Amino acid sequence: MPRSETEIGAGQHDFGAALLNPELPLPEGIVGPHGKNALKRFAVYRNNVTVSLIDALSGIFPAIQRLVGERFFRDLARLYIAKEPPRSPVIFEYGGGFAAFLERFEPLARYPYLPDVARLERAWLDAFHATDADPLHPGSLGAIPPEHLAGTTFIAHPAARIVKSGFAAVSIFSASREDRTLEGIRPDEPEDGLITRPSDAVQIRRLPAGAAEFFTALIAGASLGEAAGKTIARHPGFDLPSAISAMLEAGVFSGCSFGATSSEETA
Amino acid sequence: MTQSAPKSPIVETSRFPTGPLPPRAGAGLKTEHVDAILADEHRIGFLEVHAENYMGGGGPAHRALAAIRREFPLSVHGVGLSIGSESGIDPAHLERLAGVVERYEPAMVSEHLAWSSHDAGYFNDLLPVPYNAQTLDRVVAHISQIQDRLKRPILLENPSTYVAFEQSTMSETDFIRDIARKSGCGLLLDVNNVFVSATNHGWKPMHYLRDFPLELVEEIHLAGHAEDVDDEGDLLLIDAHDRPVADTVWKLFEIVISQAGALPTLIEWDNDVPEWPVLRREALLADAILDRLGPASLLGSRHAAE
Ligand SMILES: [Fe+2]
Repeated sequence: MPRSETEIGAGQHDFGAALLNPELPLPEGIVGPHGKNALKRFAVYRNNVTVSLIDALSGIFPAIQRLVGERFFRDLARLYIAKEPPRSPVIFEYGGGFAAFLERFEPLARYPYLPDVARLERAWLDAFHATDADPLHPGSLGAIPPEHLAGTTFIAHPAARIVKSGFAAVSIFSASREDRTLEGIRPDEPEDGLITRPSDAVQIRRLPAGAAEFFTALIAGASLGEAAGKTIARHPGFDLPSAISAMLEAGVFSGCSFGATSSEETA
Repeated sequence: MTQSAPKSPIVETSRFPTGPLPPRAGAGLKTEHVDAILADEHRIGFLEVHAENYMGGGGPAHRALAAIRREFPLSVHGVGLSIGSESGIDPAHLERLAGVVERYEPAMVSEHLAWSSHDAGYFNDLLPVPYNAQTLDRVVAHISQIQDRLKRPILLENPSTYVAFEQSTMSETDFIRDIARKSGCGLLLDVNNVFVSATNHGWKPMHYLRDFPLELVEEIHLAGHAEDVDDEGDLLLIDAHDRPVADTVWKLFEIVISQAGALPTLIEWDNDVPEWPVLRREALLADAILDRLGPASLLGSRHAAE
């Protein structure tokens, strides 16, 4: 409930605007003690806000920071913060627009894979904080009568994320996070990434062609038969059995149900 | 192996041990210290977490905090409610805080006399408010809203500040006392913040402590500060939380304890976080002062009676 500005002196709107824009003058009524000036004093707040948010972004996007270098990253982060400050005090959710910001950032146009690497990093942290759930037991599909398999639908695990990329985003993400060089990686090779957290640790995998569409359809609620049919139509070489064993091993789903009996597996 | 004995049914009233924060030293919990704390022979008095770090649904952070909570008293310290905000308390954020409090049943919940959110977004810093009747009404209304939702009183922490407002008409100590009286909240006295603000505004820390309602204090914070200079080249202290507690702040802490008695005392160390033994050493220094000066204190009887 924004209240009408009846207070004398600057309100928090002006204070906040001056925090993010060092070109703006001191907000009205901000002073030092005993007639002292307050420019350097106010600069402490400006610095706290910017540095703490830059540090937060470097914690959320460590692979990007390593790829562009720390100094460049901090300048980049400063620009992003001014454009898109966090909306919520839950700072580990910050940076949802960072990939799109990188996409439009002209000086990085020569590194078109960076936005997708940023998407993987954001998805990695979402998976880290996602609600706990036991992944679907690998044996549970075997317990479904064969005639019901095609109609089986799945419940996505809260941590499961898919990032499709026209670049070698997964290989570049992994190399950067493991402090390796990009030697031997062909950046233009398309790679789809799967992020899951079957137990305590977040895992990231490269998906074979078609698997991203297949899992995306299942996550959206399509039955096994529908998802497989659609995927095979677009990717004739799609290896359905290995996609199914990969999804069970990675923990993409936390439950499934089939037919009218709707026996739900969540154990 | 023989058949195991039938399990007796476990009646769970609370998932965690209950009880107040002990009048001992505690530490701000850092993920990298969890294993060392659990394995340490020295049992730290309590741990404090920033509520916002546990507002996700699940994952390793919650698993670690639950393990800590099973063995230690916990204090939940919010940094994002923006109690001084002109645009009201964000109900969604209050719900998130309530979720953390319900999940961990902490012995204490505290927040800051500051604001951090406005229409432009969240600034990730504790920003100052002018001390006058208007701000007072607003802060009291917000604390009441929070306490109603959480169904428990909270503690309000005195800030460290760098600027003053022409609009201020009250002293910080009068302002804080009135808030506590009108809202029914308790107080968290950050002794480092007292020293930082006193230096930055030219107050005497001893005068501040004399005017502060020590009888309402239920927890103490201690932390390290950094030195800078103001526009005139005079000393300006920064509430950095990145180093050991300064000797001057230990001295003020001794004075507070000799007057107020032993209180739960948190060592805050949030930046350039050292290995656990360094943090533990600070906690042991605080424990020694609490043991030495707490029992003979002027107000000590109120704690002994608890
Ligand atoms: Fe504090």
